[in-house]
Amino acid sequence: MFRLALKMLYGDRAKYLMLICGLSFCSLLMTQQSSVFCGLMLWTTATLRNVQAPVWVADAKVEQVNEAVPLRDVEVERVKSVPGVQWAVPLYWNIVQARLPEGSFQLVQLTGLDGASLVGRPGKMRVGRVEDLRLPGAVIVDQVAVAKFLKKGIQLRVGSTFEMNDREARVVGICETQRSFLGQPYVYTTYSRALEFAPPQRKQLSFVLVQPAPGHTPAEVAARISQLRGLRALTEREFFEETIWWYVKNTGIPISFGTVVILGVVVGVAVAGQTFYLFVHENLRFMAALKAMGARTSTLAGMVLLQALTVGFIGYGLGVGLAAWFGNAVLKGGEPPFYLPWQVLAFTGGIILFICCFSAAIGMLKILRAEPAMVFK
Amino acid sequence: MNPGSDFPAAPDSGIDPGPGAWAVRAEGVVKTFGRGDTEVQALKGASIDARCGELLMIVGPSGCGKTTFLSVICGTLGFESGRIEVFGSDLRTMSTAEVTRFRGENVGFIFQQFNLVPHWNVLENVSVPLLLAGAKRSRAEAAAAAILEEVGLGKRLKSSPRELSGGQQQRVAIARALVHQPRLIICDEPTAALDAVTGHKVLELLRSVACDRERCVIVVTHDSRIFEFADRIAEMEDGVVRKVHGRGEYHAQYV
Repeated sequence: MFRLALKMLYGDRAKYLMLICGLSFCSLLMTQQSSVFCGLMLWTTATLRNVQAPVWVADAKVEQVNEAVPLRDVEVERVKSVPGVQWAVPLYWNIVQARLPEGSFQLVQLTGLDGASLVGRPGKMRVGRVEDLRLPGAVIVDQVAVAKFLKKGIQLRVGSTFEMNDREARVVGICETQRSFLGQPYVYTTYSRALEFAPPQRKQLSFVLVQPAPGHTPAEVAARISQLRGLRALTEREFFEETIWWYVKNTGIPISFGTVVILGVVVGVAVAGQTFYLFVHENLRFMAALKAMGARTSTLAGMVLLQALTVGFIGYGLGVGLAAWFGNAVLKGGEPPFYLPWQVLAFTGGIILFICCFSAAIGMLKILRAEPAMVFK
Repeated sequence: MNPGSDFPAAPDSGIDPGPGAWAVRAEGVVKTFGRGDTEVQALKGASIDARCGELLMIVGPSGCGKTTFLSVICGTLGFESGRIEVFGSDLRTMSTAEVTRFRGENVGFIFQQFNLVPHWNVLENVSVPLLLAGAKRSRAEAAAAAILEEVGLGKRLKSSPRELSGGQQQRVAIARALVHQPRLIICDEPTAALDAVTGHKVLELLRSVACDRERCVIVVTHDSRIFEFADRIAEMEDGVVRKVHGRGEYHAQYV
């Protein structure tokens, strides 16, 4: 009977296509918007991936990675004294103004790494070597800097120079980074040189990066460091989650994307629900005939559910496929942001499943209420 | 009283076929639709008996309760009072699920508007009662093909019902009603959507393939052109069976 239920569905091409289109659109809208939202949220935590460390130590008041409340340099030593810390290094991170040779300015994310270890170094170099950061005035810029400078008519390459805080910075390498929420390019240098490039402040240390000793977990070490007065230590994962939640709670981004997602759900429920209702209504006579011929209610309910789930599955596949294609083909440049994790697929799948079950329930209700005797009318 | 049953004989039936031969026995059936001001009593104590091996027609003016009575007899509609036995099973004592199963096993339906699913081919439409009974597709389709051969549609197995004439569609409906070998065939105005010649042919076919010693055919109709096919005709009026006529009696008297 289930094969015949599907034939019944495919036979009514107009409604079948309408259901597929409605659910595909709903699925596309939800997946695409959720993926853009996830992409944006990833952008907010780009620094955590561009400067990798198992444990991040910051001022106790810091809530997310994009706000750095300066610490005293001695905090590095305090952190080093905590049991379970293998090493701890300073990190400077701040947004500073770079002056280009032709006189214009560009805001950059100045990232100062520990000069001895270069912990937090860029993961992938396009040109040059990270070790060259130890050369006088050396900086490594990312691909975003190259693109931004190019827009201003400057071709950044190894050997190019620009100024920060009236000090000359010489490009010794070009790296690849993940784009950040604010969109400013990353400029890597050593910690001590970063302090020269940055406007002077009483306290300059942004974060302390920590490696737990063997046999100690990052969470355990972070908990111990957090007991030090005025410091807050988080594992990379915790900092990632706290940063995202900060943006969720403190910005209008979720509302804006949530509205579109809700719109997608409403459109899906309205289009799929109504169309499926019409489909069942038009076939009610045949369903009642089947009922009269001895079809059990569970059989008829199963048929309706199968029909609803089939269009849901196809619509979901098409919608998600289109969203993925959109993400891969159209947004290759990385703008707007797009990140499609399995959670988004599961979320969209769950909503589509809900819509299908809701539509099927309406149809089933109609069939349950139908007297088999209606076939004689 | 009839032997083997505590069921009283229906008035005016004049038939006492002996034990085990009754297909349907209905006594004092009352059915009401609506409530309060909109209440309509469609059946006001209708009674009828139908035997195995006979083709019984229920006739009467529009609104007299023919279709309601038919619906109640085959268990597709409940009733308030009275008693109905179909092949010895009392419908009132059965649960909805039991009645549904009973219908699936024992009753075949032929509807006025055929009710063939347009998206299924002829073979699939006919195999449905067997599939509903749990038969495998191959067996159901083999049985469907055999019965379609019998009704003269052996070459139209893969056709859509839309491609068939009204007469052919009703033949498909007859095949569907018979494919699972039910003992009771219920026909609601089987010729209403057909012209006179086609209607005649359909009834001829119905008589030839459906009527046998083990089976009872009940036809609700107001088409006087097919009265001649009836073994008996029950005349209904205002929710009750007024009189049951023997073969040829009603035809000779009214047509």
